[in-house]
Amino acid sequence: MEWANQLCENRQFGSKMTDSKYFTTTKKGEIFELKAELNSDKKEKKKEAVKKVIASMTVGKDVSALFPDVVNCMQTDNLELKKLVYLYLMNYAKSQPDMAIMAVNTFVKDCEDPNPLIRALAVRTMGCIRVDKITEYLCEPLRKCLKDEDPYVRKTAAVCVAKLHDINAQLVEDQGFLDTLKDLISDSNPMVTSGGQRSLLKKKLQVVANAVAALSEIAESHPNSNLLDLNPQSINKLLTALNECTEWGQIFILDCLANYTPRDDRESQSICERVTPRLSHANSAVVLSAVKVLMKFMEMLPKDLDYYGTLLKKLAPPLVTLLSAEPELQYVALRNINLIVQKRPEILKHEMKVFFVKYNDPIYVKLEKLDIMIRLASQANIAQVLAELKEYATEVDVDFVRKAVRAIGRCAIKVEQSAERCVSTLLDLIQTKVNYVVQEAIVVIKDIFRKYPNKYESVIATLCENLDSLDEPEARAAMIWIVGEYAERIDNADELLESFLEGFHDESTQVQLQLLTAIVKLFLKKPTETQELVQQVLSLATQDSDNPDLRDRGYIYWRLLSTDPVAAKEVVLAEKPLISEETDLIEPTLLEELICHIGTLASVYHKPPSAFVEGSRGVMHKRLPARTGSGEGTECPDVGNAAGGSAPESAPSIIPSQGDLLGDLLNLDLAPPTTTGPTPSTSGMQMGGMDLLGGGLDSLLGGDIGGSPAMGAGFGAAPAVMPTSLNAPVGGGLGDLFDLGGGVGMPMGAYIPPKTVWLPAMKAKGLEISGTFARRAGVIQMELVLTNKAMSVMTDFAIQFNRNSFGLAPAGPLQVLTPLGPNQTIEVSLPLSTVGPVMKMDPLNNLQVAVKNNIDVFYFSCQYPISMLFVEDGKMERQVFLATWKDIPNDNESQFQIQDCHLNSEAASNKLQGSNIFTIAKRTVEGQEMLYMSIKLSNGIWVLAELKVQAGNPNYTISLKCRAPEVSQCVFQCYEAVLKN
Amino acid sequence: MINSLFLINPSGEIFLEKHWKSVVSRSVCDYFLEAKEKALEPEDVPPVIHTPHHYLISIYRDKLFFLSVIQTEVPPLFVIEFLHRIAEMIQDYFGECSETVVKDHMVMVYELLEEMLDNGFPLATESNVLKEMIRPPTILRSVVNTLTGTSNVGDTLPTGQLSTIPWRRAGVRYTNNEAYFDVVEEIDAILDQSGTTVFAEIQGVVEACVKLSGMPDLTLSFMNPCLLDDVSFHPCVRYKLWESERVLSFIPPDGNFTLMTYHVNAQNLVAIPVYVKQSISFFECGSDGRLDVTVGPKQTMGKTVEGVMVTVHLPKTILSINLTATQGSYTYDNGTKLLVWDIGKLNPQKLPNLRGSLSLQAGAPKPEENPSLNIDLKIQQLAISGLKVNRLDMFGEKYKPFKGVKYITKAGKFQVRT
Repeated sequence: MEWANQLCENRQFGSKMTDSKYFTTTKKGEIFELKAELNSDKKEKKKEAVKKVIASMTVGKDVSALFPDVVNCMQTDNLELKKLVYLYLMNYAKSQPDMAIMAVNTFVKDCEDPNPLIRALAVRTMGCIRVDKITEYLCEPLRKCLKDEDPYVRKTAAVCVAKLHDINAQLVEDQGFLDTLKDLISDSNPMVTSGGQRSLLKKKLQVVANAVAALSEIAESHPNSNLLDLNPQSINKLLTALNECTEWGQIFILDCLANYTPRDDRESQSICERVTPRLSHANSAVVLSAVKVLMKFMEMLPKDLDYYGTLLKKLAPPLVTLLSAEPELQYVALRNINLIVQKRPEILKHEMKVFFVKYNDPIYVKLEKLDIMIRLASQANIAQVLAELKEYATEVDVDFVRKAVRAIGRCAIKVEQSAERCVSTLLDLIQTKVNYVVQEAIVVIKDIFRKYPNKYESVIATLCENLDSLDEPEARAAMIWIVGEYAERIDNADELLESFLEGFHDESTQVQLQLLTAIVKLFLKKPTETQELVQQVLSLATQDSDNPDLRDRGYIYWRLLSTDPVAAKEVVLAEKPLISEETDLIEPTLLEELICHIGTLASVYHKPPSAFVEGSRGVMHKRLPARTGSGEGTECPDVGNAAGGSAPESAPSIIPSQGDLLGDLLNLDLAPPTTTGPTPSTSGMQMGGMDLLGGGLDSLLGGDIGGSPAMGAGFGAAPAVMPTSLNAPVGGGLGDLFDLGGGVGMPMGAYIPPKTVWLPAMKAKGLEISGTFARRAGVIQMELVLTNKAMSVMTDFAIQFNRNSFGLAPAGPLQVLTPLGPNQTIEVSLPLSTVGPVMKMDPLNNLQVAVKNNIDVFYFSCQYPISMLFVEDGKMERQVFLATWKDIPNDNESQFQIQDCHLNSEAASNKLQGSNIFTIAKRTVEGQEMLYMSIKLSNGIWVLAELKVQAGNPNYTISLKCRAPEVSQCVFQCYEAVLKN
Repeated sequence: MINSLFLINPSGEIFLEKHWKSVVSRSVCDYFLEAKEKALEPEDVPPVIHTPHHYLISIYRDKLFFLSVIQTEVPPLFVIEFLHRIAEMIQDYFGECSETVVKDHMVMVYELLEEMLDNGFPLATESNVLKEMIRPPTILRSVVNTLTGTSNVGDTLPTGQLSTIPWRRAGVRYTNNEAYFDVVEEIDAILDQSGTTVFAEIQGVVEACVKLSGMPDLTLSFMNPCLLDDVSFHPCVRYKLWESERVLSFIPPDGNFTLMTYHVNAQNLVAIPVYVKQSISFFECGSDGRLDVTVGPKQTMGKTVEGVMVTVHLPKTILSINLTATQGSYTYDNGTKLLVWDIGKLNPQKLPNLRGSLSLQAGAPKPEENPSLNIDLKIQQLAISGLKVNRLDMFGEKYKPFKGVKYITKAGKFQVRT
């Protein structure tokens, strides 16, 4: 505490009136001295001593050793001294639980004090003392205070319930405090209010605000309890309270309102009308919470309604005003505006200028403004935007300049009419020769070439001049791509590429891959002069490189070129798909969810709360309400609430975060790829975490029953079940190798689960059957290993299936021609058809099999990976995909997490393609890659998927949409199995 | 809700911590300090930081970082607003918000923080209410307290806390009843090299100082309320009356408060009071450059422009400068490369000019960036948007108050690009 000493030196002859005097004794004997002072007889000295203690505490010093002495000062009439002691208690009671008991009596007494201020102070402080033993004593005083005649005390007590819940949730429920809280919400009954009671009502309404805040906090940590029962009556009360309570209370009430789904557009409009005045509040948090309510409820209003237009107009000014606030507020506002602009661009389309960057804006504000400028860019304002961007490209801050240059490229791609101007602006910037500007410019010019082929190639010469200054991989790769793509127009393309080849091994993978492809392109275009070059690069890639991606690509090119150059040309120089116009758009489903979370941390991070909030409790995905006319019934119930309500009543006492973790663990370790949980019901799917728990438990209990009774030892024997799943990765890998080695004509091996024992010998009089399923060249095969563990020879094998979900049936007889002698093993492959009789099974992919031999008939059941039903023509047209995705109701969507997957998106997509899961489109949003995939099952069912992959995060999120949502769980398991093997 | 608060000075030292829930170790601030190290300027530290177990939401104000720790999903704006409220409270109580002031009043600040938040929920944030709970320090009171042993802590429940108008304390008495309103407008503008307005808007605020006895009910009306694009009000203003009649009707808090803020955004309406002719250039070869800046009045509505000041962040590679000002004086800090030219009053007959040479460090390339000029100015008795108060009426009390309105226009973020 050097500064403290220094400070007191400075103050020796300065004012003695300041608190810095409390730091004068920060030397060795301090605690001892304080102890003596605290036990002094003189009141004034005592108080000064307590102040010294508090002062030390605030700078983070440990003064807990003085606990008994400070507590001794508690019995006093001096309110300031009492408050100071209370402050001390709150900080240290936890570390001294036994001592804290000493204080209980005083608290209980103070809760009965005639002065409401002291009653409130006591109940408030008691709630902050997070010691179990004290909480027991807290209940009675708290109950009294919740019913206190003074609203101030009631208001304080409401918050105290939340505190207590934090410490001991069970206690709060047992004591019925939650009900009392709910009663507080109806504290005000407008029906009985006469003029004279008006002011009383207002006081009560502040109690309501606190009760709502307390309940919301509890509800957040406790998603199952349907605490805030929102119905038109309670909503009306909240709206009344909204006008009267403090600004902070308004935030909580608005956030609470946002969880409600009105019955129809009329109710929606009337709530909007009552919320709109909040847009003029001085507190920006109130404004943004009001914006959230309006954005959400607007969704229900018919667009042709006059009021809809009025509302749109009212939203712009407050948002603009937020941008003139302090920079931190601006930042949060901008992150939210970014969402709003994507959802409803019309609100701010005329406000481009307010997003212009000022040179002394903090960098985080600058970057956000830039992003929004691009989103708002249109043909009407593009000239203005470009002029600004060009200005920014000469700023000081490197990150900002880079982003500005990229933004110019994005403008070119977004607004076709501006492309020419953008390109010439970029060329101007390249002329500046500022290294990082040039590199960024080249990266974006590559994209412009992709978007507008054969239009701007005249600039290539200028680009080539800057070849030597490029030192960043992305810029080098972009330049190499350009050279390769336009090799026929660049006379010295071979020289240029050759120059890169010299340091091939020092380049990053990105550049190496690009160089390989570019040289192959060059060779295909100018075969005569570049043969040597292509051989050089192929050998560098295949023989001297450790990188499997590079090697594989090298080999593929090599084979292609050596076997069929014409085919090679068709593949390598194929016409490229157009790149999308809008980049960095948030996915519609995520956007909807984020709109429901405007003003929250989720809106700042642009991630659903489930993705990052610590211990995010039983993931509740919020959705925008569906547009419903007043005549129709509500089709889309409030998902947030419904989910809370329909949650399994399993274990309310489990702390949800733990439940979630448990669910994750179960899902991770115990659900083997071939066993499935129960067929998920549609409503259950939205439960996220809870569902995982359910699924996990079920697979634990029931998943193995058919397979191996020896293993399904029971609930506690988790490790006993493990082998099946542990086998999976190893065996799966082997299966892949086999597949490759076997040289079956497939580019990539489809995933084949490892063989598992289906029928143990002891159950089948010595016949052991293990096996797996595979799809090879479009044919589904059941691969069986029959082992004779009995003493006698087995003959006359036959197989039959029970009816099953996808009509699987043997396509021929079981080919075991020779008798099976003792200790002999035979492997058979049984082709299957999908035209057999159909019956829905539970789990869906369950297959009941009967095997006959000369001894007896045996029955077993096994589960097949649904991926073997994925047919080869499962690649959907992009347009069809988009339409289908929209067409399938959101209720049919399920979300899953794939954990610990360390593939990049490209590798994942290749792998999945091997199993007939086709990637249709890909886009990158905020560092997250979104892969869109389609799957077609043998019975014609389509499954659409959206896979989110984030660099550096081994957890993928997958959303599945299908008209038959019951297959989602199986499909998800396939994803997991394929990606992890 | 808000778990903890740390006050941190620019050198990264934590000098106050307050916890409203369980104690969070101050090591959590390391994540923030790390981000602070990375940022070029203290202003550039991101306001929301994600750590494995907490979120850190901070503001930088009055050269101090106010850092709050939160654990659950809380509206970040709520936290940021609240942090600003703490800074305002310190300013309000002790006359300034600085490290020294906080250290001098450590215990009182701590007591105030406890009153402002309970378990992370805001409890009393209205200055009127707080001051009844904990009386602000005055020299007289400290002397009296020391002599008599009384304290700064009020022992009755503040009436405002739960009255129908929480912002006003009861039983206010003045011998001179007066109500003053300051209409302050700030021009935010970006002008390009040629002096054309790229962007301009006006941020206005009506600050009030009302010292009236009893429960006065005031109505303030404007000549031209339609000018205002977006308004936000102190909670005391009756919104419905504004909506229907465009008048401000309110029972005021006692003392100083911000009655309303507003926004004028129609670009054509914004008058730009000064023009700036400037050229900052560097010679292609050699290590020299020239600077030449002239400021002149433009649309001033016949008023005098005062307090004119030009601030320039010169490029980092500047070695030294040699300038002469025809009016006022300039200072230059070679460490931060900040050039400040304090001009004072603008004389339309003799325009102030600053010119001279800039020399670059030997061998340094021609600077790439173009420094922007930041302009400061003040115009008394003018609201540049043209907003005018029509009248102020008082109901509910019998006495005749003394009323006054003052207008002032200032430069906000007023920038000229070069």
